[in-house]
Amino acid sequence: MSEQVMAATPHAVLAADGTPLKQRLQKTLRRRKLIAAGLVLPLGVFVFVTFLFPIFLMLFRSVDNPIIHENMPQTVAILEQWDGKGVPEEAAYAALVRDMVEARKNKTIGRVATRMNFEMSGVRSLITSSARKAKKMQPPFKDALIKANPIWGERDIWVTFKRLGNEYTATQYLAAVDMRYDSDNNIVQQDEDRQIYVTIFGRTLWISLAVTLLCLVLGYPVAYLLATLPAKYSNLLMIMVLLPFWTSLLVRTTSWIVLLQTNGVINELLVWLHVVADEDRLQMMYNQTGTVIAMTHILLPFMILPLFSVMKTIPPSYMRAALSLGANPVRAFVKVYAPQTVPGIGAGSLLVFILSVGYYITPALVGGRTGQMISNFIAFHMQKSLNWGLAAALGGLLLVGVMVLYWAYTKIVGVDNMKLG
Amino acid sequence: MKKSLLLTSIAAVGLFAATTAFAGNLTVVSWGGGYTKSQVEAYHKPWEAMGGKKINSEDYNGGLAEVKAQVESGKVIWDLVDVELSDAVRGCDEGLLEEIDPSILPAGDDGTAATDDFIQGTLVDCGVASIVWSTVYAYDKTKFSGSAPQTMADFFNVKDFPGKRGLRKGPKANLEMALMADGVAPADVYSTLTTKTGVARALAKLDTIKDVTVWWETGAQPAQMLADGEVTMTTAYNGRIFGAQVTEKKPFVIVWDGQVWDLDLWVIPKGAPNKAEALKFIAFSTDTKRNADQARWISYGPVRKSAAPLVGKHAEAGIDMKPHMPTAPANFKNALQNDFAFWADHQDELNEKFSAWLAK
Amino acid sequence: MSDSNDPLVRFQEVQKSYDGETLVVKNLNLDVARGEFLTMLGPSGSGKTTCLMMLAGFEPATHGEITLDGKSINDVAPHKRGIGMVFQNYALFPHMTVFENLAFPLQVRGMNKAEMETKVKRALDMVQLGDFGNRRPAQLSGGQQQRVAVARALVFDPELVLMDEPLGALDKQLREQMQYEIKHIHESLGVTVVYVTHDQSEALTMSSRVAVFNDGVIQQIAPPDELYEQPENAFVAQFIGENNKLEGIIKEKNGSGCVVEIPGGGVVSALDVNAGNVGERSSLSLRPERVEINPEDGKYPNIFNGKVEELIYLGDHIRTRINVCGRDDFIIKVPNASGLTQLVEGSPVKIGWALEDCRALDA
Repeated sequence: MSEQVMAATPHAVLAADGTPLKQRLQKTLRRRKLIAAGLVLPLGVFVFVTFLFPIFLMLFRSVDNPIIHENMPQTVAILEQWDGKGVPEEAAYAALVRDMVEARKNKTIGRVATRMNFEMSGVRSLITSSARKAKKMQPPFKDALIKANPIWGERDIWVTFKRLGNEYTATQYLAAVDMRYDSDNNIVQQDEDRQIYVTIFGRTLWISLAVTLLCLVLGYPVAYLLATLPAKYSNLLMIMVLLPFWTSLLVRTTSWIVLLQTNGVINELLVWLHVVADEDRLQMMYNQTGTVIAMTHILLPFMILPLFSVMKTIPPSYMRAALSLGANPVRAFVKVYAPQTVPGIGAGSLLVFILSVGYYITPALVGGRTGQMISNFIAFHMQKSLNWGLAAALGGLLLVGVMVLYWAYTKIVGVDNMKLG
Repeated sequence: MKKSLLLTSIAAVGLFAATTAFAGNLTVVSWGGGYTKSQVEAYHKPWEAMGGKKINSEDYNGGLAEVKAQVESGKVIWDLVDVELSDAVRGCDEGLLEEIDPSILPAGDDGTAATDDFIQGTLVDCGVASIVWSTVYAYDKTKFSGSAPQTMADFFNVKDFPGKRGLRKGPKANLEMALMADGVAPADVYSTLTTKTGVARALAKLDTIKDVTVWWETGAQPAQMLADGEVTMTTAYNGRIFGAQVTEKKPFVIVWDGQVWDLDLWVIPKGAPNKAEALKFIAFSTDTKRNADQARWISYGPVRKSAAPLVGKHAEAGIDMKPHMPTAPANFKNALQNDFAFWADHQDELNEKFSAWLAK
Repeated sequence: MSDSNDPLVRFQEVQKSYDGETLVVKNLNLDVARGEFLTMLGPSGSGKTTCLMMLAGFEPATHGEITLDGKSINDVAPHKRGIGMVFQNYALFPHMTVFENLAFPLQVRGMNKAEMETKVKRALDMVQLGDFGNRRPAQLSGGQQQRVAVARALVFDPELVLMDEPLGALDKQLREQMQYEIKHIHESLGVTVVYVTHDQSEALTMSSRVAVFNDGVIQQIAPPDELYEQPENAFVAQFIGENNKLEGIIKEKNGSGCVVEIPGGGVVSALDVNAGNVGERSSLSLRPERVEINPEDGKYPNIFNGKVEELIYLGDHIRTRINVCGRDDFIIKVPNASGLTQLVEGSPVKIGWALEDCRALDA
């Protein structure tokens, strides 16, 4: 019977009811896949709404440039025809006046002025004041505007206007790497006394590397102890490792201030022990040292836990085997034990590094002048300068940086070789 | 389409914030600490006693970020916010704030019309000033046995007055003070700062103390740093130092020379849930009596001329408050008003320059 | 150079305690001869593994001395003892290939590359894994990993190899195969092996001598056949092989024999191995295969009538449970040969055994 069926359809194996086996199998598997999909759906939606969507929006904001486009529509339309040489014709001036009157009525002129001011420092008030006078202006508007403020007779402001009239812009990303457009729309370096973000990105990278390395150096022996001590002691040690998690970040950072400041516990102790003179107290706070110390402390558990979970799975017999084969303890450790902890080192380092790169509160509190990181500038542009576009661009660069790093990591170490706990 | 996308997302963020507000109460937001306490004592309590809507007092750290987020999402939960002048003007220009008609303000108790009673420049389109506050510098007198610092220049004189300095981490007030210390008259400070060389000159002056400076960010930090001995001199908001002097009996001395004074104003975010009630509260809290009462709790000066003579003794310590006001004649001799228009125009550039300088 | 008749390993009055309250190893004295395959056999917690760890150097002895080749090794670090070891779960280094695993002990000894490659190749050939040098341990089957572990422990030509339950993780068939392989390697290399297991059949299959551990003490140390045939105490009799245990009171002692009365089960004549005095308790040990069904009357001093309770068919023999001598768990093995009486469950049966097959031991 089955031979007959086989002979009739040489390519498809059939199930008992005559349907092709493959199809049958897919049907049963599809049901299972649907159930699986249904189970992860709530989490998927949650992650999308609270994580992916906001990230997408943030990236969108870094190139989104609606203010001039939406609030100065007539001027933008006319400037599109402008060749960028000299100053535009009367029509552009007339459109600008009409747009300014409208924008002032809608209370949006401030936004236009603010947006322009990000690119051209100092034009904010002259735009708002020109807008205030716009209602009473009579043609020819070119003369009227130039009379209100001579800057309207210069080419620069019109070039900026035309550039910002685009719905999307790369200016924020340029600013985030200390670049800008010059008046001929060439990309050039920002003035030297305004270059800041590249330095800060570099410093962020450096501090994060230092913190990661310190965490590794300090965390590795602790993780080893945790994994090898009898449960009675290792549980106690584990509680001590986890203790920082149960204390608020602010409290921990503040206690570091108490410890490290000029008249803090450590300096007092050193002076009392005559290690340092009273006048030469160590400056361990409000600089990079303070940031690195406090961040290392806070991030240490993120290094210890992945290391611990990897070390826990390495039976003591490996070390014993290496010893019995004649390797001295150091060699046995380096050649046999340490290589097996690489997944933990990788996971812990990646975790600590990524968390460091985005660290904010600790550098803000103890970083002083030289311990500030890129997140502090993102926060500044979110909260103080309200330049959300630039904040988004800085955040976007940070995100790209972390993703490149992760990619490099998986290329080198391999994602399967990572154990996060 | 694009816009609605953005708005929904902001609305989602706003929803989280909304859960913290009590519906129906008047939400009044200010800077916290001793300043909010003075407002609670001088405004909120009598307001509620008078039968006004119950007040829900919240703290914030300044800036327009939250107001902007609330207004753009359409979920406004703050009714009244205490802001600096530059933010009041900027928020107004950007359509984030409600306009306030000065005719709602009561006349002074001597009968002067409100618009005349308020010091000039303290009423703006969207804001009504309540106090004058000042950025000054203060020192710990136990640290200087010989001559004590007297002038703005002394703050930058590390040779005669050694020790760490505290400065706010930002260009505002620092650049002005540096120029005044360098010999620029207060009247010329902002015109100097509009030039590149002027900014360079201010930063060069700051360079002289850069290595001994500890940078602060929140208003509470300077007094704490002085108390901890982390610094011997620091710039600070005058009310905070006064608080430490009076309530904690700290040996701090304020140097008024070269003070940079500013205003705090009440503003109403656009679309505030209790706008009518908020306007009533503004009228109530800025009347002559309340304006003077407030100065009994903290050393911030009243903005009504009619209130100035009514400033009395501190409510708890019992000391005369008049000499502690930034506007007291003895303190006001070499003072500079913070120029909000200058800062609105130049803050983006100067923030970058300052950060770049700081990072070097 | 020490005399080759001297023992290679000697434990002298060795004691071990982990907590300072109880002794895990109580006063151990043991010699391991050169070329010997000595197995330490015992239930878990009997102290056998602790002895092995002390010998390897991973645990210090609390008291006493261990000598290797005539020299005390109490203060010699494990990596300087030159003892090969095979671990329970092989402990093959997962980040190294099979070749690198085997080369490791040679590398640490500073051997040159060419010599190293020859040695590794030879060791791999010995365990029939000549082509597996480039694989990682995880790519090998359990039996192959086991072979690599053995090869690694032998590749640097140690005089002594320790094996800590090396076959525990393998299935039964593979385990038996490996037992022979290890035994053959031992025989061809002449290396001294100290082997720890809790599996008595493994111990009997492989060893020159077996030391039966219980409660921190060696109960008996003897070649496998002697251990099985002539257990010296009740523990060994019970632990090694299958055993019928009859308990009773000693009625009479006469030279090499004795008479023991089983309460409610009659009187049994037995060989006096380790029995106490008349009137004391004794347990009798009788191997199931030494019991005869339907013996001729008078052939044995011990002939009893019982009842067949249960028959279990095991192919080559039938395991038969009989109710006799007051016990219902008396087991005999009936060979599955033609011409033998077919027993039926529930039917009566007559059984008997010789005096010398029944050993009277301590209670």
